[in-house]
Amino acid sequence: MLGIFASPMSFFVSLLLFTIGAIGSLIAQKDDALANWWGGLFAIAGSLGGLIFATSAMIVGNSMSFSLGALTFPLLTFSFHVDMLSAFFVFVISLIALFCSFYGIGYVKHYYKKYSIGALGFFYNLFILGMMLVVSSSNGLFFLIAWEVMSVASYFLVIYDRKEQSNLKAGFLYLVMTHIGTVFIILAFLLFYTYTGSLDFEVIKSGVALIPLSIKNIIFVLAVIGFGTKAGIIPFHVWLPSAHPAAPSHVSGLMSGVMIKTGIYMMMRIFLDILQPIPTWWGLTLLIIGSVSALLGVLYALAEYDIKRLLAYSSIENIGIILLGLGSALTFSSFGMPQLALLSLVASLFHTLNHSIFKSLLFLGAGSVINETHTRNMEEYGGLIQYMPQTAFFFLVGSMAISALPPFNGFFSEWMTFQSLFQGIAALDFSARWIFVTSAGALAFTGGLALACFVKAFGVTFLARPRSQEVLHAKESLPLLRVGMGALAILLLVFGLFSGFVVSFIEKVGRNLSIFHSIPSFVSVLPNQSPTIANFLRVSGPTFFAFIIVACIAVALAIKYVIHRNQEIRLGATWDCGTDLTPRMEISATGFVYSLMTIYKGVLMSRIHHDVKYFDEKTGFLQKSRTVTLSAKDVYQLYLYGPLRKLAAISSEKVKNIQSGNIHTYIVYIFFALVVALVFAL
Amino acid sequence: MPIIIWTIQLILIPALSPLGIGLIKNMKAKLQNRQGASIFQPYRDIWKLLHKDEVVSVDASWIFRCAPYIVFGITIVVGASIPLFSSLGQGIISSDMLLVIYTLATGTFFLALAGIDTGSAFGGFGSSREMTISALAEGGFIFSLLTLALTRGTTNLFGISAIPMSLYDQSFLPTLLAFLGFFIVLLAETARFPFDNPATHLELTMIHEAMILEYSGKKLALMEWASANKLLIFTALGANLFFPFALAQSSMMGVVLIGIFAFIFKILVFYAAIAVLESSISKFRFFRLPDLLLISFIFNIIAIGLLNYL
Repeated sequence: MLGIFASPMSFFVSLLLFTIGAIGSLIAQKDDALANWWGGLFAIAGSLGGLIFATSAMIVGNSMSFSLGALTFPLLTFSFHVDMLSAFFVFVISLIALFCSFYGIGYVKHYYKKYSIGALGFFYNLFILGMMLVVSSSNGLFFLIAWEVMSVASYFLVIYDRKEQSNLKAGFLYLVMTHIGTVFIILAFLLFYTYTGSLDFEVIKSGVALIPLSIKNIIFVLAVIGFGTKAGIIPFHVWLPSAHPAAPSHVSGLMSGVMIKTGIYMMMRIFLDILQPIPTWWGLTLLIIGSVSALLGVLYALAEYDIKRLLAYSSIENIGIILLGLGSALTFSSFGMPQLALLSLVASLFHTLNHSIFKSLLFLGAGSVINETHTRNMEEYGGLIQYMPQTAFFFLVGSMAISALPPFNGFFSEWMTFQSLFQGIAALDFSARWIFVTSAGALAFTGGLALACFVKAFGVTFLARPRSQEVLHAKESLPLLRVGMGALAILLLVFGLFSGFVVSFIEKVGRNLSIFHSIPSFVSVLPNQSPTIANFLRVSGPTFFAFIIVACIAVALAIKYVIHRNQEIRLGATWDCGTDLTPRMEISATGFVYSLMTIYKGVLMSRIHHDVKYFDEKTGFLQKSRTVTLSAKDVYQLYLYGPLRKLAAISSEKVKNIQSGNIHTYIVYIFFALVVALVFAL
Repeated sequence: MPIIIWTIQLILIPALSPLGIGLIKNMKAKLQNRQGASIFQPYRDIWKLLHKDEVVSVDASWIFRCAPYIVFGITIVVGASIPLFSSLGQGIISSDMLLVIYTLATGTFFLALAGIDTGSAFGGFGSSREMTISALAEGGFIFSLLTLALTRGTTNLFGISAIPMSLYDQSFLPTLLAFLGFFIVLLAETARFPFDNPATHLELTMIHEAMILEYSGKKLALMEWASANKLLIFTALGANLFFPFALAQSSMMGVVLIGIFAFIFKILVFYAAIAVLESSISKFRFFRLPDLLLISFIFNIIAIGLLNYL
């Protein structure tokens, strides 16, 4: 039975469903509702298909290679290779796409009559299709086509709300950055081709001995920049905080939850599978990149007052944490410690899965809030828990999971990442050891700051009193939206409580990689226990959770029924010091982080900007209003991308000089170009 | 017999913690040449508050109402899963150091949310300050326990406390440095001098008190009790992980009794140190606190660096 589901056929069925969804909703675009339901339902069906395929492929546990017809393009074959790592990523993509699609059907309704729903359905399905192809293709050229499908489809989704000028700008930045990344990827693939004579990943892998070390190193740098741009590592992240918020919220959820992970997938594929064995400095470099991304990502998230930008920056932080796991995996494997390498890889994969769930949940929650209040500015929220209690609850669960609070799943993957770093500190020496110490320190501070960040995100949005009129009209989100969010919230708890089971599954995925084939398992597979590693004690999820719940309920019952039976709870106003307490007096998003931003001034370059309006412009005695903005300076724009852009503009200006407009000159250029090409070719 | 040990383990923290607060207050009063209240006064306060009706703000949501139970429940659970008078708990309950740290963070999370919930200006600023300090203290907290975990080869707290300390061991100096780092974190996390002033309701200085300002009656009692528990939990961690002597290694009656008395003795020393400290220094300016927490982190880095030469 499982064999049928784990066959190429079922994968193609899933791909076909997305294709039908894409084309169908384009055809049905005259009718908004039809296009929406068509696109949404086929996306759901396709995701279900992908989910069934991936799950059974992981249970069966064999690798599949298959191709789509025999096309006779040079170098290009539509060949797929699905091993367990690919199946795992297909699983993550399908899982998130499933719930985002549920949410999307309800969410898209407010775009009716405003924009073309058919186009949205088309690009949405195409986007998921592209991601599925990216993680399953096994030919370099085919991969690049899939990569482009994914990037371009998501570009159109980013600029979907095109009446907003800033969205167009964000989309353009995204398009440029993603193609700069692609350039580096193409260069890496060309180097593969030069030395192994093939673009097929399997062939490259078997011929990896032909690639000299220096070229391997160059490929590493190219791949880190190329795939790191997609993953959003600092300093190639600049597109991420502007593009992710611009898209419709269920698409933001997919982009932040899943799309950036395709970069991680390719890093794992190339560094841990294809290019083995690897030098030590690769892993250490990834550790440093991971620490920087995690720490800076969370600091920038803290400084944000736009709720979706905050979540986007927090994605950068989590990519950093994933890279900490991956970096230690690479380091351990280069030192010949496959057991520890496997542990770190599993930590990294587990965090990939977890982050995709809680980040999409948080984006969906933010989408519901924005839908009701029509603003992304957190200063204008407040008190939403009274108006949208269920959305608030789901957002709370997401916030707890992302802050790594037990018993939710985020804690367990962060625990494993910590453990693999600790193992590195204990097992390695000298410089490698100090990089592990630094990484563990970065992760520790990141954890604390993430907690502060999400206390702010939840507290300022949902608690206290409404700070704008819009909040007073907010209503609970539609049932379909709540289904999407609720299911994800349940998954957070389930994956947390049964983390031991999930980890043993992911460990199987990791051991499918050829370098880990022969090593013994580190997981004691008991259904309700987390991994036991050497003498590090297990963390038992369900028991602990039950203990906390029992303790809280016992205390509550004891107080209610034993200590004081006829208690009276009166409602009263919050103590106001004798003045009239207005919502303007409660803490704002900016106020909440003021002290942390002042403390981290050196890193954030935070500055306060006062914008004062006067009744009397000339004399300036009577202030009308005063707006205070506390923000982090955009150093990347200022010192890296700004100068680069200027350089590009100046050099283009210089190159323009050779364009005389005279046809004879151009013929001479062509002649010289031909001669130079021939010299190189012969 | 283990059942009795577990019962003691479970109730020891909530039973002793008000006494600890009373002791510190009494010692401080004596140091300031005052008579001071009885050391049992905190029990009477909690009992009194538990029998009072309460007023809840109209703006408060279920977070405000549930937070005291969650915060208190968490201190009970954590209190039961750390070594207090014995190191026998290994393998019976999850007492991983990261689990304990992050479970305590869950309590902080709800405490801070409850502070924001009523929409009072005090509560919000209290939460902001609390999160600032706890975000900065996290590094020192994890690393001080990490130093121990590295010397003892386990992250299980009972496991750490089971290995006796030796004065002539090379791990002595790193442990001492890690302890200094931990002690700073202890003061920060439990809202003592020089981070917070537990005795005042002056808005400029308060952190913890600001967050629980809106609570009254039973919920206030729970919040006060939980904060006393937290102080005792941190003290127990400091006493039993860094100075693991006289912990019961078997469940014999006599050994357990010795363990409990040793525990009380160690706690007394810690509380006396806190009382002396609070009477001799003043509260720091808020923006000087990061320096102190950074020092705690640096102590631990040095400790880990010294472990290199083991």
